[in-house]
Amino acid sequence: MSEPILKGRGLVKRYGRVTALDRCDFDLMPGEILAVIGDNGAGKSSLIKAISGAIIPDEGEITLEGRPIAFRSPIEARAAGIETVYQTLAMSPALSIADNMFMGRELRKPGLMGQLFRQLDRPRMERFAREKLNELGLMTIQNINQPVETLSGGQRQGVAVARAAAFGSKVVILDEPTAALGVKESRKVLELIRDVRDRGIPIILISHNMPHVFEIADRIHIHRLGRRLCVIRPQDYTMSDAVAFMTGAKLPEGVSEAA
Amino acid sequence: MAADPKAATAYEEGLKGASEKVAEFQHDTDALKRLQHWLHQTPSAVPLIVLVAALIVFGFAADNFFKPGTLSTILQQIAIVGILGCAQTLVVLTAGIDLSVGAIAVFCSVIMGFVGITGVAIGTPDWFGPLAFSFTFHLPPALAVVFGLLCGLAMGALNGWLVARMKLPPFIVTLGTWQILLAANFIFSANETIRSSDVEAKAPILRFWGNDLTFFGQPRAAEGVDQKTVETVMVAINGQPGTGVKVLFAVFLMIAMVAALAYVLRSTAWGRHVYATGDDPEAAALAGVPTKRVLIQVYALAGLFCAVAGWVMIGRFGSVSPTASTGQLGNIQSITAVVIGGISLFGGRGSIAGMFFGALIVGVFEMGLRLVGTDPQWTFFLIGVLIIFAVAVDQWIRKVSA
Repeated sequence: MSEPILKGRGLVKRYGRVTALDRCDFDLMPGEILAVIGDNGAGKSSLIKAISGAIIPDEGEITLEGRPIAFRSPIEARAAGIETVYQTLAMSPALSIADNMFMGRELRKPGLMGQLFRQLDRPRMERFAREKLNELGLMTIQNINQPVETLSGGQRQGVAVARAAAFGSKVVILDEPTAALGVKESRKVLELIRDVRDRGIPIILISHNMPHVFEIADRIHIHRLGRRLCVIRPQDYTMSDAVAFMTGAKLPEGVSEAA
Repeated sequence: MAADPKAATAYEEGLKGASEKVAEFQHDTDALKRLQHWLHQTPSAVPLIVLVAALIVFGFAADNFFKPGTLSTILQQIAIVGILGCAQTLVVLTAGIDLSVGAIAVFCSVIMGFVGITGVAIGTPDWFGPLAFSFTFHLPPALAVVFGLLCGLAMGALNGWLVARMKLPPFIVTLGTWQILLAANFIFSANETIRSSDVEAKAPILRFWGNDLTFFGQPRAAEGVDQKTVETVMVAINGQPGTGVKVLFAVFLMIAMVAALAYVLRSTAWGRHVYATGDDPEAAALAGVPTKRVLIQVYALAGLFCAVAGWVMIGRFGSVSPTASTGQLGNIQSITAVVIGGISLFGGRGSIAGMFFGALIVGVFEMGLRLVGTDPQWTFFLIGVLIIFAVAVDQWIRKVSA
């Protein structure tokens, strides 16, 4: 297999006497959907936060495309091409779809109007937003200036994923993307995730929903007690095996529980 | 041990035949729903409707209402509240509130007056011994204005720092600075007023915004027309014989500020960040908005606008007075304009144009009811009703997503 696009080695994060990450390793291959599963308190969130810049690991090394990186904030991670869709979606409900897609990275008009008067280039932003939503076969949007709060949960999730896919040039991280959605809407979002992967962007998916994980993940990273227990392929194991591994009821072959 | 991945989705078999539509945008056909959506997107429509209705009602009720003179007086009377309202709008859009606007305005006008006209004695107490010094801080009037504006900026920035960095609630912070600045204003000025004649003689620039442009000048009778007839015509159109319509520079300034802010809030990234910060600060921060910096900038800019209002006050009243009622009432008046203007106190919603209409509504009510000849208390009565109505409409509009 080729080199991982995103690699973590020996990551450690301590909160007081609690060790959330214990010499944890992590590999994301180009173009794959990697699911990260683990019991509550296993350190999944800490791992993801370390990658997305929300926390700074105490020890260890993260490399993106072979180059070491050390983000001090999510903004820096974003600038490096790692986009995160948070469980809360991080959207401003009263602002429009286009406004939200470009929040924090607005486009300005060329020339004097943009430089001196700092005028936003709305037509260009709207066109881009519409393009991205259509590209993902997302929706027949009639009004890109519609406030986000008038959208349903699935539509909002769709816009958030589209935003991440549009700007996440290297990696897209999705935190529980289907947790708040109904069956139909979940299906739509799963299709969306596949579309993003098919366009060559690797995805890290954190989810508690085993059917969804087994359906779309290429590989599953099982996190236990602050470190990577094993990585499995969904074709090789059943869901109950995965649950057994992550809760410690069973050990995968060739792996011994960390002392 | 291989599991059929299809099995994972077996439970979704039940979806077959169900509607495939998930993420389509339907338009409501219900008229009331459509109205709600329309108001949601144009929040300044409600105050505009109220304003137009008030103009029509008073136009019929009071004969002298639709005279250029009356209308220019209304604009003149809301100039200061309008400028304070610009400051208040910025703060309220971030889900904050600024109770110190009036105090900053009065204090800055006093600073401009004392530094630019009488000079301020600065010295150490006697017991400093050899280190003691004293001098009079005096600046040319134009520089005194700049100094006063910078003081306003600094006072606002202090509010912003306390709100953003110390994470104190805006209501408490500005309740405190309101008292602190107003008291500092009395101590600093020793409660003395600078008379109008002194301002006029020594620092006319302080009264700059009190200058006016006169339209329709002094009419002269054309050949063959009797001067009496001209005066009769003037009374008919202007409510008084022969005088033109005076529009204070302050009115133009207020309109220019509203227009500039409308542009900045709607068409620049910073404006969108102000809305996002007020709407949901955590979401805005995750999306890459430097929310703390935005908050400090908003309060500092509000302070600067208040200082501008202080400068305008000198022009309007002629004198520099630390006891000007704006110090106590400016905050309530500006919040009234903002709320009637349909700007949500919960942040992130509303427009500066709404605030302008809100201020105009208050001005039109005051003038209209005076011309009709009712008890002036009816003004406050009706404005109270309007405030509650405006907040009720805001709550209704917010439910648009439900």
